[in-house]
Amino acid sequence: MALFEKLQYYFGFPFVRYAFIVGVLIALCASLLGVVLVLKRFSYIGDGLSHVAFGALAVASVLKLTDRMLLILPATIFTAVLLLRGGKARIRGDAAIAVFSVGALAIGYLLMNVFSNSANISGDVCTTLFGSTSILTLTRGEVWLCIVLSALTLLIFTFLYNRIFSVTFDESFARATGVNTDLYQTLIAVITAVIIVLAMNLVGSLLITALLVFPALSAMRVLRSFRGVMIYSGVLSVLGAVAGIIVSILASTPVGSTIVVFDLLLFLIHLVIGRARE
Amino acid sequence: MAYITCRDLALGYNGKPIVTGLSFEVNRGDYLCVVGQNGAGKSTLMKTLLHLQDACAGEISVGDGLSPMEIGYLPQQTEVQRDFPASVWEVALSGTLTRKKRTLFYTKEQKLLAESMLRQLGMWELRGRSYRQLSGGQQQRTLLARALCATTRLLLLDEPVTGLDPAATAEFYHQIDSLHRKGIAVLMITHDLAAIGYATHILHIDSGHSFYGTKEEYMKSPLWDRLREQEEKP
Repeated sequence: MALFEKLQYYFGFPFVRYAFIVGVLIALCASLLGVVLVLKRFSYIGDGLSHVAFGALAVASVLKLTDRMLLILPATIFTAVLLLRGGKARIRGDAAIAVFSVGALAIGYLLMNVFSNSANISGDVCTTLFGSTSILTLTRGEVWLCIVLSALTLLIFTFLYNRIFSVTFDESFARATGVNTDLYQTLIAVITAVIIVLAMNLVGSLLITALLVFPALSAMRVLRSFRGVMIYSGVLSVLGAVAGIIVSILASTPVGSTIVVFDLLLFLIHLVIGRARE
Repeated sequence: MAYITCRDLALGYNGKPIVTGLSFEVNRGDYLCVVGQNGAGKSTLMKTLLHLQDACAGEISVGDGLSPMEIGYLPQQTEVQRDFPASVWEVALSGTLTRKKRTLFYTKEQKLLAESMLRQLGMWELRGRSYRQLSGGQQQRTLLARALCATTRLLLLDEPVTGLDPAATAEFYHQIDSLHRKGIAVLMITHDLAAIGYATHILHIDSGHSFYGTKEEYMKSPLWDRLREQEEKP
């Protein structure tokens, strides 16, 4: 009962409720997108993009921009489109991701160090990388932005589901039969960028990949159809987010890593179930 | 007018042709086997026919009621991910997307089409199975059902028996043959001499001096002897 009262007390604060709503929405969107990225062999794109977002964030703080999203979103979307669609680029695939990832990380940290006006640089950096408290400091505007973008993502996944399946399963076939694969790839790239920027608030840039990959992999261990994997991945991710947020409130642990630990646990359970079934 | 007519086609990468002067047709009722050495340009031809890349020169025209995007393509096994979580039903249905450009969800008509194709290929009972749990032969039949959902006029097959065991290979050829007898034109890229037995026409791609003609003409040409030499070598 004491636990319940404690929860009730915390949920009395609007910023906790915001964090909860945003966290669940982001986790849901990330897991749907994660299924596509894992199957397209792009599991690590999240890592690369989040470092780019980190770099952009550093630039935005140095420039003292009031609305940081104005810089972070376009920069990340641009990189995502470049990486996911980069068919003709000279450096491709994982190498390109690595270049962007470490490049942006280094520049971001350097800028934060050289131009920082905060006394606690490593604390700032740690927060950005592991997202420890930023989810609790969301403004009303950021919460709405999050809700709108998540809703948009969910709508896209619902209405374009059949085409997303076709493009993910066999791009050549989809393209040959007249599905506009370029459009869908760009769409996936943009959604990836948006989700990653949003997820930075929740789990920080270093842990985003977990949010994308764990639910998808867990669902794939036990289910056979694409639809099933999609839905179940969403369910698992929401479960992990809810459990993670609640536990982090009760035990005063960092939100991001608590959620990721729950996702990891769920993954291990499904790994065992999958093995047992074989 | 043929389904596909290619005139003086040059194919290659980045504008550098690896094969030139390709001229051939695929007509209703044809069974065309495309043969040639590795690297001769067979896959490049397939990619070009699928609009995945442009020809360096020459023209491809489509006719006889076939629309340009109406393509029954069966990819090489290796190109489709084998660990993909998708049911047989989902894979087959995705072939019908080409018919309905504007609807977001599958219509009843599309579902009936997918059902009839799966039944025809004996995969209906397995529709709930995951693609990755199927045997190689069953996977090919699933992809064939998808291709037939996209068109019932012309099948494009790219090395379809790679990775199949001899029994599954024989069964697959039989399946294609019976589809051909029902009136579907076939274009098959292959390096398996057994496939040529079913063909009515042969296109042998060989950089400057490719051959196109009926199987009987081909059997008399020196290219046929060369092909046999290549393929029968261990």
